Amino acid sequence: MMLKIDNLHVRVAGKEILKGLTLGVKAGEVHAIMGPNGAGKSTLGNVLAGRAGYEITQGSVEYNGANLLALEPEQRAAEGVFLAFQYPVEIAGVNNTYFLKAALNAQRKYRGEAELDSMQFLKSVREKLRVLHISDELLHRAVNAGFSGGEKKRNEIFQMALLEPKLAILDETDSGLDIDAMKLVADGVNAMRDPQRAFIVITHYQRLLDYIVPDFVHVMVDGRIVESGDKSLALKLEEHGYAWIAERKLAGVA
Amino acid sequence: MATERSQIETALSRRYDAGFVTDIESDSLPPGLSEDVVRAISARKNEPDWMTQWRLSAYRHWLTMLPPHWAKLDIDPIDFQAISYFSQPKNRPKSLDEVDPKLLETYDKLGVPLHERARLAGVAVDAVFDSVSVGTTFRKELADVGILFCSMSEAVREYPDLVRKYLGSVVPTGDNYFAALNSAVFSDGSFVFVPKGVRCPMELSTYFRINARDTGQFERTLLIAEEGASVSYLEGCTAPMRDENQLHAAVVELVALDDASIKYSTVQNWYPGDENGVGGIYNFVTKRGDCRGARSKISWTQVETGSAITWKYPSCILRGDDSTGEFNSVALTHHRQQADTGTKMIHLGKNTKSKIISKGISAGRGQNTYRGLVKIEKGADGARNYTQCDSLLIGKKCGAHTFPYIEVKHPGAIVEHEATTSKISDDQLFYCRSRGIAEEDAVSMIVDGFCKQVFKELPMEFAVEAKKLLEVSLEGAVG
Repeated sequence: MMLKIDNLHVRVAGKEILKGLTLGVKAGEVHAIMGPNGAGKSTLGNVLAGRAGYEITQGSVEYNGANLLALEPEQRAAEGVFLAFQYPVEIAGVNNTYFLKAALNAQRKYRGEAELDSMQFLKSVREKLRVLHISDELLHRAVNAGFSGGEKKRNEIFQMALLEPKLAILDETDSGLDIDAMKLVADGVNAMRDPQRAFIVITHYQRLLDYIVPDFVHVMVDGRIVESGDKSLALKLEEHGYAWIAERKLAGVA
Repeated sequence: MATERSQIETALSRRYDAGFVTDIESDSLPPGLSEDVVRAISARKNEPDWMTQWRLSAYRHWLTMLPPHWAKLDIDPIDFQAISYFSQPKNRPKSLDEVDPKLLETYDKLGVPLHERARLAGVAVDAVFDSVSVGTTFRKELADVGILFCSMSEAVREYPDLVRKYLGSVVPTGDNYFAALNSAVFSDGSFVFVPKGVRCPMELSTYFRINARDTGQFERTLLIAEEGASVSYLEGCTAPMRDENQLHAAVVELVALDDASIKYSTVQNWYPGDENGVGGIYNFVTKRGDCRGARSKISWTQVETGSAITWKYPSCILRGDDSTGEFNSVALTHHRQQADTGTKMIHLGKNTKSKIISKGISAGRGQNTYRGLVKIEKGADGARNYTQCDSLLIGKKCGAHTFPYIEVKHPGAIVEHEATTSKISDDQLFYCRSRGIAEEDAVSMIVDGFCKQVFKELPMEFAVEAKKLLEVSLEGAVG
């Protein structure tokens, strides 16, 4: 098991958001996490990536057999955890290529690998660009500065391609994208599917899952996973809405 | 959210590597200021009578003046009688070979090449320790091409005609309160004269060090580039860590004749005080360049990371037709540091151009003010100015302020002003960290990106130093 989340309870600003979440992810698998607003989906992504301000009150997260929660965000990144942000951050004045090279080399250094020089780095960048159909114009601009919504999301996927994580978490990467942009993002993800790599795809809508076909679909309501199944679960959800799950859950409890 | 509070504002610590004291015997005047003190300074330096009289008239003028209060600075009153106006190491050397090893060690620790290393580095250095110059390197090599590079004290004695001609011609003795004080009690500084048609073959630099307690440093630098001459000059400054505030009131005058060009760079790292604002240098400096000749060019580049309070406006008087003035600045304030800095570009001649790039960085409770004047006079046909003024905030308790003054008396003038303010947020830092970049590296990267435009104006070896200095100065700005 690559990722083992067991009975995870998390508070944010004193309020319990995750209330006993359990999830296991193996290498090579794609898990979709769906659920209504406020269910705690983004909290899960942030907790896994190590954002500050999340208090873990109970439970554990093991990543490749080690305690993930004990690591700093940059260590998690170097260990192969990647979060594609729902709202990618702009960093004015820092060139996108420079940023990526710094990130990649910081990770390589942590892992005891040789750092890439500019030539090697650019070679790798060109290969990824070709696969992802991203114009290299984005590379010469400051990180996300003045990017359109679609460009920002594509830049996240590009970063993912370049950093080659083992566990990629996509936090509502489809939100705010038109259908063409969404297809491009999905193509990028599909190109990276690999027996050694796992994905957690957080989304509101089933639509993205037409393009990134998941192995498992989990429905999250009120800080817990209440239903798991295969691709067909997403379709049922689309048909019946989240209320259906809530009803089923109540019925189950009763 | 809890993140807001914890991420940026904790762990405020800062390293000041230059904060050591050199244990060396010094010969200082007792604290206090009077005509007798002015005479005593002049006498110790064996100055001719005209110089003594010049100082005295400045002193008398100073007595009639009041300290300026217009800057956005919170300055505790300065007790001018509590300061010693002259301090020099005992056993003054006659040449660099006789310099006290402890002094050489001091400059070595600071990374200033005074001895054999100077040769390797290929930079001519004048080192000023408290009130006196302790040695100037490469003098002979420079003299061979006709360049005079020595301490101001020597220049007064050895090149009195040049000094009398130019001293005070750009910054008159009564120009402002601190310039008048400097004119009365100035101790040492560098003198550079580049004759007609000579391009200075190496970087010139002066390294200023305050060591003694309760002393002020009042350096005076005069740099003249004759017709067609060019020179690049750099100054660096440090001081030990002390609980008292120490005053540094310098005057720098630059004169560029026809077709001459002067590039003047400063890396200022005076002791900034501790995180609670105790101690630190008051850096009250008047710097002005006179583009006296046609097609002359003066360019100021400054990286200001030190000092408790900085008050300085390196300026250009664009007198000659087609002359150019530039000001490139990075000013950083952290903890309780305050800076009110900027420039004045005075366009008098035709087709004069000026460019101002100012980058202010505030962290901790630092307050950073840009104050700049662009003045286009009636006769300045075709004058142009471009100003870009950017502020970067780190944390929530710091401040950035911008006061651009524009006075245009010529209808054809083109004056452009652009300004931005941005902030390093927890979100940015988390974003960088989630990609594998450690927090301190992320801050440096963002700050470095912000300052790039200015750093590229510095001579290469100093650009690297400036970058490092900024990293050290921002240590603990996030935690």
